[in-house]
Amino acid sequence: MSNLAGVVFDGVVYSSWLFLMAAGLTLIYGVMRILNIAHGSLYALGAYTAATLAGAWLAAGQAAVGTYAMLAVAALLVGLVMGPLLERGLLKWMYGKDEIVLLLITYAAFLVLEDVIKLLWGVESKMIAEPYALPGNFQIGTLAYPVYNLILIAVAIFTGLALAWALYRTQRGKLLLAVIHDREISAAMGINVDRVYLVTFTVGSMLAALGGALTAPAIAVSPGIGVEVIVLSFAVVVVGGLGSLGGAALGALMVGIVRSFAVRYWPEAELFTIYFVMAIVLIVRPKGLFSAPEARKI
Amino acid sequence: MTADRTEVGLAIVSLVLLAAAAFAPQWLVFLLALALAKGVVVLGLVLLMRTGLVSFGQGLYFGLGAYAAALLAHWGQIGDAALMIVAGTLGAAALAAILGLLLARYREIFFAMLSLAFSMILYGLLVKSSALGSTDGFNLHAKSFAGLALSGGVERRVFFATSVVLAFLVAWLVHRFFSSHWGRLSAAIRDNELRVEYLGASVYRVVYINYVAAGALAGMGGAFAALAVGHVDPETAYWTTSGEFVFVAILGGTGNVLAPFLSAAIFEALRTVANQYAPNVWQMSLGLAMLAIIMFLPGGLWTLVRRRGRPA
Repeated sequence: MSNLAGVVFDGVVYSSWLFLMAAGLTLIYGVMRILNIAHGSLYALGAYTAATLAGAWLAAGQAAVGTYAMLAVAALLVGLVMGPLLERGLLKWMYGKDEIVLLLITYAAFLVLEDVIKLLWGVESKMIAEPYALPGNFQIGTLAYPVYNLILIAVAIFTGLALAWALYRTQRGKLLLAVIHDREISAAMGINVDRVYLVTFTVGSMLAALGGALTAPAIAVSPGIGVEVIVLSFAVVVVGGLGSLGGAALGALMVGIVRSFAVRYWPEAELFTIYFVMAIVLIVRPKGLFSAPEARKI
Repeated sequence: MTADRTEVGLAIVSLVLLAAAAFAPQWLVFLLALALAKGVVVLGLVLLMRTGLVSFGQGLYFGLGAYAAALLAHWGQIGDAALMIVAGTLGAAALAAILGLLLARYREIFFAMLSLAFSMILYGLLVKSSALGSTDGFNLHAKSFAGLALSGGVERRVFFATSVVLAFLVAWLVHRFFSSHWGRLSAAIRDNELRVEYLGASVYRVVYINYVAAGALAGMGGAFAALAVGHVDPETAYWTTSGEFVFVAILGGTGNVLAPFLSAAIFEALRTVANQYAPNVWQMSLGLAMLAIIMFLPGGLWTLVRRRGRPA
């Protein structure tokens, strides 16, 4: 029984991390109709920046608790720098093109950023284990789990609630929903669509960087980490329905828990199961679980 | 309008490549063989793109074709290159015929993502199957061609010559297809699918046919690549491989059957140079080139060829 609880817990941890990635991706898609492949690079940038900042913090002889602040700073920094840079510098000039062309453009940005990361940080892997080891372990049955995982879950839940609140309970959020619903009418009604895009993309980038920053302590940050992440978060948002926050949460839970069961009981099938879930969901619901019906345009 | 010189161009290119197969140094043959393999895959992708669909999962059929060819030698003890190519092509076509039933219903992002998912399923299976060498893959060795035993030095040249002949054949078929009933319907579907339905044609069937053809071509390309390299690994099915195909397709453009081959050759040549002199900025140059093409040459490099060939 405790075994099962452990598997579910692992799944939820993984889901939390997936959700952080997927929330940003789905937000950007919902508002801007861009499926952002560069999201993976932003994740990697977040991880690298976090490792560097936390490393510098420790090297300066400060208390290890402060590394948590460094993780948050890394996410903010990457989001605030890269978000506007990508949106204003690149995507702004591309609006109005086909979704698939926009996908290719972000793919190009992804390729460029992958090498930028290699040039900035080299190809050696970076380790920053302190935030992970600091809070110690707790027990589920006979197995010990790092408390850090609980922090990850808490952050994911908090982020999800904060996003939902901002979207559905604030005026700005409602303006955003209006833009999602109909961009042109919103612009005609005087909403500054340009700024909505900028803010959305920045927040989305921040979420990707946050996902990376929170993962950095648990892994060796090395080149190529963004590559796997991006297809995984694609799977999650597509399962949930592109552009739906609730869908991203549900998709993350499904993919996370299925994966953790696969890892426990049938490890050979780990990768297989994730995409299998995605394929099955798309077969049954061609546009994902939480997709709104669309009128056909002639 | 000037007369269509594509068929002449195809014949000339093929003859030059055949001459290269016989006389060019080993390294050039290897490079050209890889480019040709990629070109055949991208030719299939171009078929899809002319229908308005971009697949981010052609690695599925590329990998499948490569493994099908390699497994024939590995398990079946059949080391015949001709049979390997047939196995790769038919294997991929068979899978495409099944998956196509489903995928032909999807469009745009969902088509791209679902095909990506299928390719990642194959990747996941290959990586985890130790019988197939998991992440390392395994070597294959073709000893004969259509029953004729081959001696050590010439085999790669023979394989390459075979791929040239076959590539010529499929390129010519695809060229004819472009101007056929189905080919013209494909372009109409890209423009406005609903109107095509209203005119009484089956969009589903056209997309399906294009999809299966693209899968078969990718499988053939996979078999070519496996024969040229003498090794297969799961990377062939990974999404970055599929991304590379999309890149080559965008680079060349969808205007002509020669474009994928031209663009694949440029791609391979650039990659070789970049590996030699600037391995760290290779992806970056790819990305920047892609952005430049999308912004300034939406029709791909082929528009340059056309502009020159046609009086303004």
